[in-house]
Amino acid sequence: MTIQFNDETFRDDYTFRNSEWAIKRFPFPFHEDSYMYSVNMERHRGGPDGSVYAKRFDVDEHYIAEMRDRALVLADDPLRCQSLPHMTLAGWDLLELIMVSKSEDYPDLFELHRDGTTWRWVNKPLGIDDTFTFMDEASLPYGPMEYITRQTQGDFAVLDQRENNLWMDAGMVTTQADWSLDFDIGMNFFEWHAPVPLAHEMGVFKRALKFLLNVQQDSPARRLNWTMTVNPLLDTSPENYHKWGIQKTTLTPENVGRKQHLRVELQTFYRLPRSNALVFPIRCYLIALEDLVTVPKWGRRLHRVIRDLPAELATYKGFIDNRPIILDYLSRFDDGLPTSPGIWPDIHSEPPLQT
Amino acid sequence: MSAGPGKLPVIVTAKVKLNDLVTRFEFAHADGKPLPPFSGGAHTVVEMRDGDVTRLNPYSLMSDPVDPTHYAISVRRDAAGRGGSMFLHDKVQVGDRLVLGTPVNLFALDLTARKHLMIAGGIGVTPFVAQIKQLQTTGGAFELHYSARSQALASYADDLRAAHPKRVKLYLDDQSQQIPLERLLSGQPPGTHVYVCGPRGMIDWVLATAERLGWPPEAVHSEEFLAPQSGKPFDVELAQSGKTITVGEHESLLEAMEREGVDAPYLCRGGACGQCETGVIAHDGTFQHHDHWLEDDERDGSKIMPCVSRFEGTRLVLDR
Amino acid sequence: MSRFHFPPSIHSRPVYGTLAPRAGAAQIMLADAEGAEAILSVAQADPELMRRAHVIYIPKGTGDRFTDPLRAAAPDILHIAPSYGACTQRLHRVFSAAPMGAQIYLAGTEGLIGQAMALALQIGIPKSAIQTEHRGSVARRVQCVHCKGITEDVMTDPFQCGHCGLNLFVRDHYSRRLAAFQGVCIDAEDPGNVPAPVELYS
Repeated sequence: MTIQFNDETFRDDYTFRNSEWAIKRFPFPFHEDSYMYSVNMERHRGGPDGSVYAKRFDVDEHYIAEMRDRALVLADDPLRCQSLPHMTLAGWDLLELIMVSKSEDYPDLFELHRDGTTWRWVNKPLGIDDTFTFMDEASLPYGPMEYITRQTQGDFAVLDQRENNLWMDAGMVTTQADWSLDFDIGMNFFEWHAPVPLAHEMGVFKRALKFLLNVQQDSPARRLNWTMTVNPLLDTSPENYHKWGIQKTTLTPENVGRKQHLRVELQTFYRLPRSNALVFPIRCYLIALEDLVTVPKWGRRLHRVIRDLPAELATYKGFIDNRPIILDYLSRFDDGLPTSPGIWPDIHSEPPLQT
Repeated sequence: MSAGPGKLPVIVTAKVKLNDLVTRFEFAHADGKPLPPFSGGAHTVVEMRDGDVTRLNPYSLMSDPVDPTHYAISVRRDAAGRGGSMFLHDKVQVGDRLVLGTPVNLFALDLTARKHLMIAGGIGVTPFVAQIKQLQTTGGAFELHYSARSQALASYADDLRAAHPKRVKLYLDDQSQQIPLERLLSGQPPGTHVYVCGPRGMIDWVLATAERLGWPPEAVHSEEFLAPQSGKPFDVELAQSGKTITVGEHESLLEAMEREGVDAPYLCRGGACGQCETGVIAHDGTFQHHDHWLEDDERDGSKIMPCVSRFEGTRLVLDR
Repeated sequence: MSRFHFPPSIHSRPVYGTLAPRAGAAQIMLADAEGAEAILSVAQADPELMRRAHVIYIPKGTGDRFTDPLRAAAPDILHIAPSYGACTQRLHRVFSAAPMGAQIYLAGTEGLIGQAMALALQIGIPKSAIQTEHRGSVARRVQCVHCKGITEDVMTDPFQCGHCGLNLFVRDHYSRRLAAFQGVCIDAEDPGNVPAPVELYS
């Protein structure tokens, strides 16, 4: 399959669009008609062909545009990418993991040629052809983590493991759901999750940590998380909240279908072999409500989930004020019919919207 | 979900007798592929098929973590043990095929440390061999203080001292040399972490001395693999699997479950990692807990670590 | 009474204890203002330990109220500093020379405790070698998440960032590395609608 890369923006004029292909493979996060926190971890061992789970690091039509947006964010605020001094080895681990995975999974787009420690990396979509010495920082234009994550969609939190905990000691974070790497760097698992409501009391983080501490080299894991974003804005950072927050007030019954996006994070977890660190890629997928409801099952289900979500979660996820407008819109796509279990679109087996 | 770490098919490429007790085994990937890199301190679980019995014993990897061409382990002959080490020493030969678990690290370097102070007793030197190689690649201050019974039994001491004459110190029991622990643990610069691997007595000595001198627990690391102990056979009802099995005299509860095809998780097989923790539903008898994992209030009959612990009594029902 | 009971909060928010004498290779104590009371109670509990201690004290407007009692407790070294900034280099030197096993005691305001703890951790002193006790002012050190400027001794919520001028509300989310709470623009979605400031914990 050859990917047709979009020429699009995630800011200002917001020309981001999903093709039919991207809509059908969207990682819809709700496996039933309601939502509550859970340790919804599973092994990350591929998925149906063409789905976002099929490859270790999914590359899609937004690749080039997302990398361009990341470069803009970093130029404006270099603190979005940081690595504490002891995390360099983990950076090399990550570079190796991504280069090996992408060159094996997308041989038409990426090539890795290794001769001892002399490595040649070819990234055709971005026009990169670099030869460097593995484990020699001086041979790359950036540190290893920054170098490879400027070429890979999704945010990356690199977690050191010690004292039976995970520590967010390095990261590349430019497409985040309103959290700051610069503020959170150096925190442990419970500290950086501290602002999340309800989940601590439910014991979710204790169980999740226990699971993650035991993720091993050959058994990566994954889960989905979600929130809502007005406009296809990748960089919903606290740093720039005073600039983008106002956009939330521009939602109207007329534009909600186009402007309101469901934002889904495909979170994966890999043990990094040389450093014993853990990398936590957080890949952000956006979809406009008007595109999402073209899948009848998803339209029905999203309406029910948003309608029944506890107010604390709607507040934390930042859409409590807009919930009435969103619900008015979504209710038009919920005819009350039952939905099939699971996240898949089931286009051919689920009935069309009854009017 | 599979029960333990993944599997690597390997061929034995070298078997080197170091001294009366210790033999080194080297392995290459059976399909000629590169072996995965690992971090210093990682172990691999060696799967041994000895007739009808399958043994899974953990050994520290001591090869260079960045060398994908081979893995190495060093095995101390334990005549009193249940046979895993004897099997390797006596039966495994160059050219044999074995299965290894992918590396798992439960004794990793703390990479935030400014200096690594390593204390080894006997065969406990092996994880440090790999850690020192890792630190050579990445840069990092270390000292190794290595105590052995005699020069002949001080495996790898010559190599280590030749490579790092200022950083490796050897202490021999038969020459009445003892690690000057009190002095070593006094006056280390801030950010020093101490690591100990060796016999239980040595570990206890280091932990107690460090605590007395005010060392915070997060700067003190230890590793001891317990070998499962033999004991009287006992029956176990496995509630989830709907099976009743008998644990033999020379096998562990974990091994008995595996023999019966029950999916039981594990990582260290030595009572340290917590992975195989299993709930007790009912019991009438007494437990022999041998692990380092459970809290005291969990040893009252609510949990058991099947990799090393046993039971004596009339009835035991587990949540597995 | 100089002790304040902070209401329960989220996991990133520091929790302070009560200083207690602890055996170790060296005894390093730092306090500001009413924090001296916590040091004095350690001295009372273990006068022998106090005689080996290196104490750095910042009176911060308390005049001689605590300096004389501290002197009377007879620490090995007593250094009175006019401000945290003035003693940072000295503290760096003292922490760097502290052997493993040294015990660190920090007492007083959150800003002082936080900054000294960040410095100690940066040097490599493990967290559990450091005891803390809050005394005195409940003012906070807050970082503006937007301009990254840090405002000391914030007493109200919301407050105006001393660097960029945005109106910030004070979260309980706390960074040990920055020794600061997080301040976030309060009127981003409704510019100009800024509630009247109220005193913290009022």
